[in-house]
Amino acid sequence: MRPFAYERATSVQDALERHSDGAVYLGGGTNLVDLMRLGVEEPARLVDVAHLPHDQIELRPDGSLVIGAAVSNSALAADRTVREGHPMLAQAVLAGASGQVRNLATVAGNLLQRTRCPYFQDASKPCNKRDPGSGCPAREGEHHNLAIMGHSPECVATHPSDMAVALAALGASIRIQGRAGERTIPIDELHRLPENEPERDTTLEPGDLITAVEVPPLGMPSRYRKVRERASFAFALVSVAAALDVDDGVVRDVRLALGGVAHKPWRAWHTEDALRGAEMTGESFQRAAEVELGVAEPLRDNAYKVPLVRNLIVRTLTELAERGAS
Amino acid sequence: MDMPIYAEITLVVNGTGHRLSVDTRASLLDVLREDLGLTGSKKGCDHGQCGACTVLLDGRRANGCLALAVAHDGAEVVTVEGLAKDGRLSPLQEAFIEHDAFQCGYCTPGQLCSATGMLDEAEQGWPSAVTGDLGADTVLDDEEIRERMSGNLCRCGAYAGIVAAVRQAAQRREAAGT
Ligand SMILES: Cc1cc2nc3c(=O)[nH]c(=O)nc-3n(C[C@H](O)[C@H](O)[C@H](O)COP(=O)(O)OP(=O)(O)OC[C@H]3O[C@@H](n4cnc5c(N)ncnc54)[C@H](O)[C@@H]3O)c2cc1C
Ligand code: SF4
Ligand code: FES
Ligand code: FES
Repeated sequence: MRPFAYERATSVQDALERHSDGAVYLGGGTNLVDLMRLGVEEPARLVDVAHLPHDQIELRPDGSLVIGAAVSNSALAADRTVREGHPMLAQAVLAGASGQVRNLATVAGNLLQRTRCPYFQDASKPCNKRDPGSGCPAREGEHHNLAIMGHSPECVATHPSDMAVALAALGASIRIQGRAGERTIPIDELHRLPENEPERDTTLEPGDLITAVEVPPLGMPSRYRKVRERASFAFALVSVAAALDVDDGVVRDVRLALGGVAHKPWRAWHTEDALRGAEMTGESFQRAAEVELGVAEPLRDNAYKVPLVRNLIVRTLTELAERGAS
Repeated sequence: MDMPIYAEITLVVNGTGHRLSVDTRASLLDVLREDLGLTGSKKGCDHGQCGACTVLLDGRRANGCLALAVAHDGAEVVTVEGLAKDGRLSPLQEAFIEHDAFQCGYCTPGQLCSATGMLDEAEQGWPSAVTGDLGADTVLDDEEIRERMSGNLCRCGAYAGIVAAVRQAAQRREAAGT
């Protein structure tokens, strides 16, 4: 590992001032330190933002939440208001990593974790994301767990976060402090598709510091479901974050996002549109799922994800419909 | 070659304070093992994937291999060497012996620290991925124990004994009302 300077930020302003060329923010380090050890990241300076006073979860009177960027993944999942008001968010966090990783990991770090594409993590291999212009060996190589939608000839990676999928379904917003001041953007505009710039996972600019995540109230049953290659402690093959409000056999409102399918958490807007006002039957759920998956372009070895995620959508919505009807 | 960069930190390890000069690149695991000679904590993967390096960091279980020592200046750390009190093994350690919860023993320090932290988490009502009702109290059945201990791998496959030992420690703790 290349030697680096370490500095602990004492305030948001201090963090921004310390963040200059070659500097990288440090959260819990569970992804960054791993990638530094692999030689994938080689920062000259770490600016530690895990000790900033962004460690609170605020429940506002309207039922919305403001989650500090430095809240640990564990504290987020254990929080009573999150478990009661936004259960799919707690479930998504608990579905990720292990107890000891979640204790170290922060909310901002979770959002900004890098892809688990095996070539990205192997500094001896070409990879457009790590080394722009060097090629994408995953497209013809090992890609069984990479993207089926929204990929480009340059990159077929997936975003690995579980938490971000639930936040996408919830329509969360990301509070960012940048060199030009504070702004808040929808999570849908944080992560991006690879297009011809796969080296950019997000729309963040250099120095941008995430300070909080705002989550609107939900008010309907929700569920996060994840399919993986072993019973626990593995990244998703596919996952679904869903919330469903049914009334008299008809879907009144729905939220749906998919994980493991694209370079960003995939909000299934088309399925949501097809479902509002639809009958709550297995067939209508299936039809609505297929509207979204119609744009899927699976690679040689990951076509299995299309029926897998379709079935997961139908199963999760069916479960929520039964719960809502009872 | 770039020159290493050092930083002064303090750590309280198993109740004893230490002032150390550490390479900024050093993990907490390396500092415990190399600088403090506490070789109970093990390095299995160095990537957060096996749990052999698990220690209690400010009271919570954490992977020593992913924690930069310099980022935890001032922290309180408990390692497997600090689980026994006044020469007496902890109830969890005793349960591991009673239930043959290890073979080679390489994963055991991490299993012990992880289970110690996990029992506290459960006592504080933290849910897990297999907790059906997120609002309900935590009941540590075998499924819950397996899920909560899934960050600790055992190459010898001593899982049956580990689950039994953790279950016993959990039950005794509950009976003692502590
Ligand atoms: C073995 C293992 C298994 C895992 N399994 C899963 C899984 O199944 N599901 C899952 O979702 N995740 C999983 N993870 C990933 C884990 O969730 C992430 O590593 C963790 O959430 C990252 O948080 P952190 O605080 O440690 O981030 P760090 O590693 O500190 O940082 C990650 C990135 O975020 C940036 N950053 C941090 N804070 C800020 C901020 N405030 N503003 C701007 N930038 C910031 C850093 O510069 C860095 O680029 C796993 C990790 C490991 C090691
Ligand atoms: S899929 Fe993306 S991350 Fe993986 S090798 Fe191709 S360019 Fe790199
Ligand atoms: S050595 Fe830390 S998790 Fe394997
Ligand atoms: S006892 Fe040998 S690895 Fe667990």
